[in-house]
Amino acid sequence: MSAAGDPAPPAAPAPAVLRAERVTKEFGGLVAVEDVSVDLPEHSIVSLIGPNGAGKTTLFNMLTGLYRPTQGRIVLGDRDITRSRPDVITGYGVARTFQNIRLFGAMTAVENVMIGHHSRMRAGLFGSIFRPSWVRREERETQERARDLLAYVGLPSTVFDRLAAQLSYGDQRRVELARALAAEPSVLLLDEPTAGMNPRESAALTAFMRKLRDEKKLTILLIEHDMKVVMGVSERVTVLDHGKKIAEGEPTEVRTDPQVIEAYLGKQA
Amino acid sequence: MSGFLGRLRERRAAAVARLPRWWNRALAGTLIAFGIVLPFFFPADSGFMNGTIIAVAYAVMSLGLNIVVGFAGLLDLGYVAFYALGAYSLGWFGSGFFFKLHVHVLVSPVASTLQGVHLNFVLILIGAAAICAAAGMLIGLPTLRLRGDYIAIVTLAFGEIIGVVAVNGQSVPVGGGMTLTAGNLGISAVDAPYFPGIGSFSLLNLRPWYWLILAILLLVLFVNLRLRDSRLGRAWVALREDEVAAVSMGIPLVKTKLLAYSVGAAFGGMAGAFFGTYYTEVNAGQFAFGFSIFILAMVIIGGLGSIWGALVGGLTLGYINNYLIPDVLNDLPSKFGLHFQLTQVEFGIFGFLLVIMMLLRPQGLIPERRRRLELTAQIAAEDAQLAEAPAGEVTVILPPGEGAA
Repeated sequence: MSAAGDPAPPAAPAPAVLRAERVTKEFGGLVAVEDVSVDLPEHSIVSLIGPNGAGKTTLFNMLTGLYRPTQGRIVLGDRDITRSRPDVITGYGVARTFQNIRLFGAMTAVENVMIGHHSRMRAGLFGSIFRPSWVRREERETQERARDLLAYVGLPSTVFDRLAAQLSYGDQRRVELARALAAEPSVLLLDEPTAGMNPRESAALTAFMRKLRDEKKLTILLIEHDMKVVMGVSERVTVLDHGKKIAEGEPTEVRTDPQVIEAYLGKQA
Repeated sequence: MSGFLGRLRERRAAAVARLPRWWNRALAGTLIAFGIVLPFFFPADSGFMNGTIIAVAYAVMSLGLNIVVGFAGLLDLGYVAFYALGAYSLGWFGSGFFFKLHVHVLVSPVASTLQGVHLNFVLILIGAAAICAAAGMLIGLPTLRLRGDYIAIVTLAFGEIIGVVAVNGQSVPVGGGMTLTAGNLGISAVDAPYFPGIGSFSLLNLRPWYWLILAILLLVLFVNLRLRDSRLGRAWVALREDEVAAVSMGIPLVKTKLLAYSVGAAFGGMAGAFFGTYYTEVNAGQFAFGFSIFILAMVIIGGLGSIWGALVGGLTLGYINNYLIPDVLNDLPSKFGLHFQLTQVEFGIFGFLLVIMMLLRPQGLIPERRRRLELTAQIAAEDAQLAEAPAGEVTVILPPGEGAA
């Protein structure tokens, strides 16, 4: 549980729930992520920033089991999940969204969210065929929960049973968030949730993330380009550039770090 | 135009919603009752009964393949392998083929005096389903990391391997001078189904055969319907739609795909066992590659992923193949002074029908709700999205203060 052996950041208030320990990912000769460590203290919001191609999404994919790190370890609570399958990791309580929304287009919004709850359901082949009363109850409760979650993220109830592919972009983002929440995660990974939003929408989402953390008892890791969102919402910021971690700390520290300004913020100024 | 169609669709949905709750059940009950009394309207040994029995058995296979191809989206071109394994299950456990053995379980008094393995047909049916389910997993394993066309190639090869093993099995000893299969000679004198109190089935009275395969069809249909609207059915569709998103949402890829393969294979095996006893022999020549395509054509013509489509597709092609062409229209060319019979050009007829179908109704006879919308509405939605793509034009997400449950 503790950050023993790690060059622990001095200001970490709570034990890390999810931790990447010196992970490296190589694709052939290309090193996408090199020797990066990230700590997610419990009940915090941490942002991962960096220019395009810095390895943020690759790190996400390692944390959720889609990629196996070439080197290093990923620890969830006191469990080593470096070699675990993505569906198993979801079962342990890590859920995510995708940069390019990946909904199941031919399923309705409700069905999409029900899929998110898959790892919490028990009905197997014979349960599905014979449908005993506990399976019927499970199915009904999952559907009710899905509708509640869709309402929670603000989807208009008129489109609950519409196919995901028919929803507007903003509604698709909402459904994707509800789908991740349906997995009842303790850690939520959001990959550029404000992509394509105007400042007002981004501000609303920022507030909503805080609300999520407090109401759903979540720990959130965020990939974000919008500096206003990053500075406004996160307790800690990790900066990646060319696969390497170049800075880490509180938003105010990171903002003034000369290396960060040069690699990332400086480009925008 | 699309507004008008949309209104029509809404009207229809509203009309369906106004039907009483028991409507579906009543409709199903009526259809089943009709299915049960159907043979009383036809002579018990007529060509129509024969065609019906085969068509119903085809529908069982079509429903099985629909789980693999339609639900889970795994293109399986070797489905004939499960027909073969099911038929051989019957040949092995319901005939005198293993002549050194003497095993008899719940069979007719005549069969219980014979050498060989003779099990009751119901036991063979369960055994065939189990063997094929295991074989389905076996073929599923090497395809797990593959997609689309590559799955098709591996399953095609599997179908061919089983076919070659069936042909050459007569030189594969299994001990005591017995062989694995009888190759192109065929395992003949297989047991007819026997039920205590009813007796053995006879080919002079086809009605019991019909009721038997109808019972199997209803069972398969029931399982299909239950699986479609279940946790497992949803997981299959999710994997078909987007594998990466599905596993990230907690769906175990290997287990879910293998279940699709094995459930689909089990149904193929049951139909295969039935064909084994109905055709009274198990011959390696029956298991040609073309049959896999034939079953796939049923699924596609019916409407990929649609249960009622697979049923109708199986029945339609079954009737055309086994009743319409050989019994009804066979002499048609001679009436026009042409010197050939229609059975000689049946593949040409099927090819023609497929082309016509793909041109006029590519979504199938009874398209699945999802696919129907995919083909029409989704395209419209994507067009609409393209128009609103620029950032900032997107509808407001999570406005402040909103979102509380």
